[in-house]
Amino acid sequence: MFDYSFQWRPALRALPDMLAGAWVTFETAALSMIFGVLIALVLTVMRQARHPLLRGVGNGWVSIARNTPSLFQIYILYFGLGSLGLHVSSWLALLAGITFNNAGYLAENFRGGLKAVPSTQMRAARSLGMSAWQAYLMIIVPQLLRIVFYPLTNQMVWAVLMTSLGVVVGLNNDLTGVTQEYNVKTFRTFEYFALAALLYYLIAKLIVGLARLLSWRLFRY
Amino acid sequence: MIEIENVHKSFGDLEVVKGVSLTVDKGEVVSIIGGSGSGKSTLLMCINGLEPIHKGSIRVDGIEVHDRTTDLNRLRQKIGIVFQQWNAFPHLTVLENVMLAPRKVLGKSKQEAEALALQQLEHVGLGDKLKAFPGKLSGGQQQRMAIARALAMSPDYMLFDEATSALDPQLVGEVLDTMRMLAEDGMTMVLVTHEIRFARDVSDRVAFFCDGRVHEIGPPDQVIGNPVQPETAAFLKSVK
Repeated sequence: MFDYSFQWRPALRALPDMLAGAWVTFETAALSMIFGVLIALVLTVMRQARHPLLRGVGNGWVSIARNTPSLFQIYILYFGLGSLGLHVSSWLALLAGITFNNAGYLAENFRGGLKAVPSTQMRAARSLGMSAWQAYLMIIVPQLLRIVFYPLTNQMVWAVLMTSLGVVVGLNNDLTGVTQEYNVKTFRTFEYFALAALLYYLIAKLIVGLARLLSWRLFRY
Repeated sequence: MIEIENVHKSFGDLEVVKGVSLTVDKGEVVSIIGGSGSGKSTLLMCINGLEPIHKGSIRVDGIEVHDRTTDLNRLRQKIGIVFQQWNAFPHLTVLENVMLAPRKVLGKSKQEAEALALQQLEHVGLGDKLKAFPGKLSGGQQQRMAIARALAMSPDYMLFDEATSALDPQLVGEVLDTMRMLAEDGMTMVLVTHEIRFARDVSDRVAFFCDGRVHEIGPPDQVIGNPVQPETAAFLKSVK
């Protein structure tokens, strides 16, 4: 009835390769966050713009990114662009897909965060002779950062988990890609994927832990 | 000198300031009293350009506040303002709150700004709270910090927008004492206030606002002690 015998040794032997894959995973997620935050800032400004086209693009991006499966977003970037003659690598399609997704979610977080900083803070800063730019940089953004810090951490964890979708566009050097390569060679699905899941779990926990340390350092009030 | 000439100001269709003229001389303390929605606070925000005006003109030391070519950031350096909701910067310590503008706007060195902030904070009685964050202070302490923050810019004018209205009654006194000290030092001040007795004590002139206009203006003993206009008398009776 249950005659599967676990074979952990081959899985453990694959560990160095999987750790190398885990690094690619982390790197991809981190890059997608950096680009995601930058684009999200631009989107946040665009969504408040007076020009209807800017507003439309900003709102459209956020709406599509948040309301369609991230798998499709990556798929369309890879095969969709490919059929238009624009060939991108698996890794680039994955990075672009997750960045697109991150930017959408983060822009929404930033908008909520900006609303949570009272407008009177801007007023007080300007009344002291600060320029709008100085007021944003020194008064608004530091307060915004604290408000969006935990959502930002969540999104980073989510980005790490989303990189596993790279396998559908043929990525084979991230954690899921490496795991899948071993899986198809040996059919030791349970062992390899359990080990990979453990590694994902540890990366996610590490991110949350580091974020907590950082927040103690950053937010003194 | 602040010269306000026939100023009109609307929010959408609602006109809240309907042709106000008022002059505040150097060293003078002018209090503006009147009911809620009479346009007093709005006028104050127009003096340093935080709110635009729709007609008329405001000049501070001869500079048109609402001229498009006026450098408002520069002008605001000499007009301090204290708000009803003190508006402390929550992410900065008391000392940093006061140091920030002298450093970043006036370009003072860290040592200079710190010395300046220290002096102002001791002046308002917060010398022992330098490292505290505003969230740990009482409303009265936060408001005194806001006064120190404005004073650290060495302004020529100070505007107070109902500086004690949001405070618990037992904290009002400490803030009024700080303002009184400032008036005695010869600071030019415009106060929007509901503290009628205080206005009578410290002001050179009192203006009664009603329906977006200056309804009555004159020495405090006249406007508060013996008002000519029936609206002024009715208002004074209602707040007593």
